[in-house]
Amino acid sequence: MAYSDKVIDHYENPRNVGAFEKNEEGVGTGMVGAPACGDVMKLQIRVGKDGVIEDARFKTYGCGSAIASSSLVTEWVKGKTVDEAATIKNTQIAEELSLPPVKIHCSILAEDAIKAAVADYKKRYGDAQQAEAKAVNE
Amino acid sequence: MKLPIYLDYSATTPVDPRVAEKMIPYLTEHFGNPASRSHSFGWKAEEAVEQARANVAALVNCDPKEIVWTSGATESINLALKGAAEFYKTKGKHLITVKTEHKATLDTVRELERRGFEATYLDVQPDGLIDMKQLEAAFRPDTILVSVMFVNNEIGVIQDIPAIGELCRSKGVLFHVDSAQATGKCPIDLAALKVDLMSFSAHKTYGPKGVGALYIRRKPRVRLEAQIHGGGHERGFRSGTLATHQIVGMGEAFRLARVEMAVENSRIRALRDRLLKGMQEIEEVFVNGDLEQRVPHNLNISFNFVEGESLIMAVKDIAVSSGSACTSASLEPSYVLRALGRSDELAHSSIRFTLGRFNTEEEVDYTVDHLKAKVAKLREMSPLWEMYKDGVDLDSVQWAAH
Repeated sequence: MAYSDKVIDHYENPRNVGAFEKNEEGVGTGMVGAPACGDVMKLQIRVGKDGVIEDARFKTYGCGSAIASSSLVTEWVKGKTVDEAATIKNTQIAEELSLPPVKIHCSILAEDAIKAAVADYKKRYGDAQQAEAKAVNE
Repeated sequence: MKLPIYLDYSATTPVDPRVAEKMIPYLTEHFGNPASRSHSFGWKAEEAVEQARANVAALVNCDPKEIVWTSGATESINLALKGAAEFYKTKGKHLITVKTEHKATLDTVRELERRGFEATYLDVQPDGLIDMKQLEAAFRPDTILVSVMFVNNEIGVIQDIPAIGELCRSKGVLFHVDSAQATGKCPIDLAALKVDLMSFSAHKTYGPKGVGALYIRRKPRVRLEAQIHGGGHERGFRSGTLATHQIVGMGEAFRLARVEMAVENSRIRALRDRLLKGMQEIEEVFVNGDLEQRVPHNLNISFNFVEGESLIMAVKDIAVSSGSACTSASLEPSYVLRALGRSDELAHSSIRFTLGRFNTEEEVDYTVDHLKAKVAKLREMSPLWEMYKDGVDLDSVQWAAH
């Protein structure tokens, strides 16, 4: 099967591969997929005090399109607030990478990975920060 | 050394230059129709076809009259299974085959089921071989045909054809063997084997694509219902003008296989062992299928925690194939590896290396170095590898299957 140039570029030069320490300040971790299905994505975001994603890391077990999808979203989430990041749609990922129909599930997985990372972040810090913000306002 | 390196000889082989040379005059110069009885053009072509038939028969030790030309192994299998089932349907309607057979067999048997036949699909043991007791238990009073492949295309294991033949003969049941992956790789003696029908392909043995043959035993005589009708060629078993040049190619390819098999196999075995030794220096690799009951050409390995398709993409200088089916919409990995009881994870992580006539030690060494580097790179990127290294038991994780 022929891959698009963008998939090959992300696959050969993946952006932001690696991991943050799970307990590092402001880090949210999302892991989606299953080995039995042939793909697992781990996406991590590091969020600043202002709620903006400063940095991201990924590790992916999966085909070239899955690796490219996760590499791409680590670039896209940077500079976005967590709520903005959670609005990234799989169709945008699929379009950017020109994924063929059989690879659409890779982009869905990448969208799920962002949502899972954001949810993990909110679970860890979301309430505390909201409380903080509330306190400042008062 | 030229890149990319071809290590996918079980998909197809190049036509041996000596074979191609033999074929060419039959396209331009000796172009006659072998069925033309009235002039020398026809006689010349017929002579070449019969010489090729004798060469094919000699490789498998049968009478040339027992060989019928077809377009390839898929057609041979279709003719053998449908032809026998239709002819003997008054005797019974039950067929036995194996879950790890090639799709040419499995799909043909499925079609026969749609036509009212019944089929048993045998499991294999973890080594890829069938359990003779299970086979014996599968026979029914109305069983008419058993079909088993000689050499498996994905994992290269060799089934015990002599024993299965004895069992089938003792039950009075026809036995078909798909030998597409066996010719030139392991000795075949049809004078000794209790095999009634055997399918062959040219292009897996350095012959051209588009030609194959079916062996149809004469003593005891096997009857078939023809599947292609027309001019009554090939004693009515398979009508259609013979492709002289293709047949000449298959004959020469099989002649070379007979003459060179012993020497070639020991050379390829040495290459395979070299490849295996190199791969075993990588952590967490598993050979799929029995290593002893196996043709020397095949090495099917799972690289745990690395997905097969991404590995193939990484080793683009090496032409191999994967048991991962990430390319298909179903997301189902290789049905052959699953039938061995391999986990889906390991099936998704498998690569098939198949060696052949034109591979060199230098190519094998390059492949080993390349694989080592790429597996390491992909594992650095793999969350599963990270978890494995952290001592997490992956089986204990609750995965969200999708």
